Amino acid sequence: MANTKANQTRVVWDGNMAAAQALRQAQVDVVAAYPITPSTPIVQNYSQFVADGNANDGEFVMVESEHSAMSACVGASAGGGRVATATSSQGYALMVEVLYQASGMRLPIIMNVVNRALASPLNIHGDHSDMYLGRDAGWINLCAYSPQEVYDLNFIAFKTGEDLNVRLPVAINQDGFLTSHTAEVVEHFSDEDAFGFIGSYVGKNPMLDGENPVTYGAQTEGEWHFEHKMRQNHALVNSLDTIRANFKKYAEFSGREYHPVETYLTDDAEEIIVCMGSVFGTTQITVDQLRASGRKVGLVGIRVWRPFPKEDLAAAIKNAKSIAALDRSCPMGTTGALYNEVAAVLVENGMSKNLLNYIYGLGGRDTTTEHLSGIFSDLKACSDAGKRTKPVVQTINLRGKMLSFY
Amino acid sequence: MAFNYDEYLRTDKMPTLWCWGCGDGVILKSVIRAIEKCGWDMDKVCVVSGIGCSGRFSSYINCNTVHTTHGRTVAYATGIKLANPDAHVICVAGDGDGLAIGGNHTIHGCRRNIDINFILINNFIYGLTNSQISPTTPQGMWCVSAQYGNIDPTFDACRLAEGAGATFVARETMLDPKKLEKVLVAGFQHKGFSFFDIMSNCHVNLGRKNKMGDAMQNLAWIDSITINKKKYDELSEAEQLNKFPTGILKQVEAPEYCELYDKVIEAAQNKKKITQDDFEKKI
Repeated sequence: MANTKANQTRVVWDGNMAAAQALRQAQVDVVAAYPITPSTPIVQNYSQFVADGNANDGEFVMVESEHSAMSACVGASAGGGRVATATSSQGYALMVEVLYQASGMRLPIIMNVVNRALASPLNIHGDHSDMYLGRDAGWINLCAYSPQEVYDLNFIAFKTGEDLNVRLPVAINQDGFLTSHTAEVVEHFSDEDAFGFIGSYVGKNPMLDGENPVTYGAQTEGEWHFEHKMRQNHALVNSLDTIRANFKKYAEFSGREYHPVETYLTDDAEEIIVCMGSVFGTTQITVDQLRASGRKVGLVGIRVWRPFPKEDLAAAIKNAKSIAALDRSCPMGTTGALYNEVAAVLVENGMSKNLLNYIYGLGGRDTTTEHLSGIFSDLKACSDAGKRTKPVVQTINLRGKMLSFY
Repeated sequence: MAFNYDEYLRTDKMPTLWCWGCGDGVILKSVIRAIEKCGWDMDKVCVVSGIGCSGRFSSYINCNTVHTTHGRTVAYATGIKLANPDAHVICVAGDGDGLAIGGNHTIHGCRRNIDINFILINNFIYGLTNSQISPTTPQGMWCVSAQYGNIDPTFDACRLAEGAGATFVARETMLDPKKLEKVLVAGFQHKGFSFFDIMSNCHVNLGRKNKMGDAMQNLAWIDSITINKKKYDELSEAEQLNKFPTGILKQVEAPEYCELYDKVIEAAQNKKKITQDDFEKKI
């Protein structure tokens, strides 16, 4: 990109290496972690940088569980350092208690989450069960669909989470194996440029300031708990403005522009798929194929999962007749979480559209252009009939009986 | 006649996911032979495994099996045993599983002296996730997460179990499957918490980083750090420093937890209370 501020080098990295390099360039002070497939290579790569003396005096600590890992991150962050970690699945599940601590204490910890299924049954492959588990934990959640985006969103994460108007932890989600272990071309900055974009860590109320002792996580009970949580929510909802501003700054810096909601050929689209994760790329190909045969189809990708970009989504889907929301997690007793967000946006904006919910890719099950093309066919049938023609919750590429619900 | 393992294994799950030369298969076979020696009905045996290479135990052995979360085998097994006091419950965990993430469950299983057989497959490393230090990785060894060398002091797993109150504590290696089988039989037949520290090799993720990259070199190292308890006791303190004693290290009788729990049931049914007078040890 000739007109961008940063010089960039093209390399081949997988999502895990992209995350590890971003942590190194961010000059993180502490990485505390515990190994778990498929996120282990992030911290393994980082430990290699430390061993090679390439981590700017960053400390790497391998603790005895993910609960301890996030606890150590909370301690280091409260102490006044730039802090990061990575995890997946069961490790994420074990961290959940402390995820709420991190956000409640307003500590801007950065965590790369390599999304993987939750047991039982035990499964090491990708789906979004872990991301959904931490949905209400008060973290900003960004979604990367490729190694390049993993790299880029880490810088957005540091710059946003550490902003004194935000001061919230940020998770950068990427699909297990499909993104984490797939090597692609990534353009990266020089170490100086990368660090220059986010700058030095600016602390707030660090515990190591002995002259000004502070307390983190004090008990509040009935008198103040409600106020604390709503102020926290206020900060999280409003962080979308900071994220948006940082997306703009990053576009000027790198030439790569991100949006809270990514759109692809949605302006005149009658049928739209709304999704998150690496399936975005597969759907893009499907849209191109169908567009070639004259179909008016489009695609929406959620880039910022929390805070949820309601206005951006409303604008992206306003012209569609029929929409499919794709959830890569079993909704267990209701409709999928992304479907629920889309449905809420439709209601809030007085929009009446046919809305279907597709559950796909659980435990790493493959999702192909044929499957996605099939969804667009279902949506077309809804558009032609002027009403929803199938039960709300459908499944893609499920073996045996094709289950549907509601 | 050669021992027929097939009826004890889920042969449709073969070959195993374990690396060539891994000791886990030797231990699996020893456990099976010990079960046979004890004359246990496989329908009355429950194998509870955690996460890691050792976690695959529950996939391969053909009895009641539970593949649980990382480090929590003893917690699951405690529930299984309390609900089915007649069941033979065997936990299989790795050194990371049983001593790091699940260390708390391990010590409380020992403390309660519940009749569970806890097999710690100790390969001194996190093998499945490709070489990170565990609580038994020797100081000064190298692995992916400790590339300058490991500084963390190690657990002596058996001393931990003894201190926490296990009534049967033994250490063996996979180098001598016959002896391992004998010790397993003794522990399986013991009433109470039986703790086995079974040293095994991970030449792939410990060995290759520490100049013992093939299985035989890794096994030779295990052989060099272990010594029979009798001979160990004859060594000077300085000589003992870098050796682990093998064999049955502790075996004592103490009330078993399910039996103690029966007293709670009995007290509740008779509308009585258990008091300190019911126990010899008061504090």
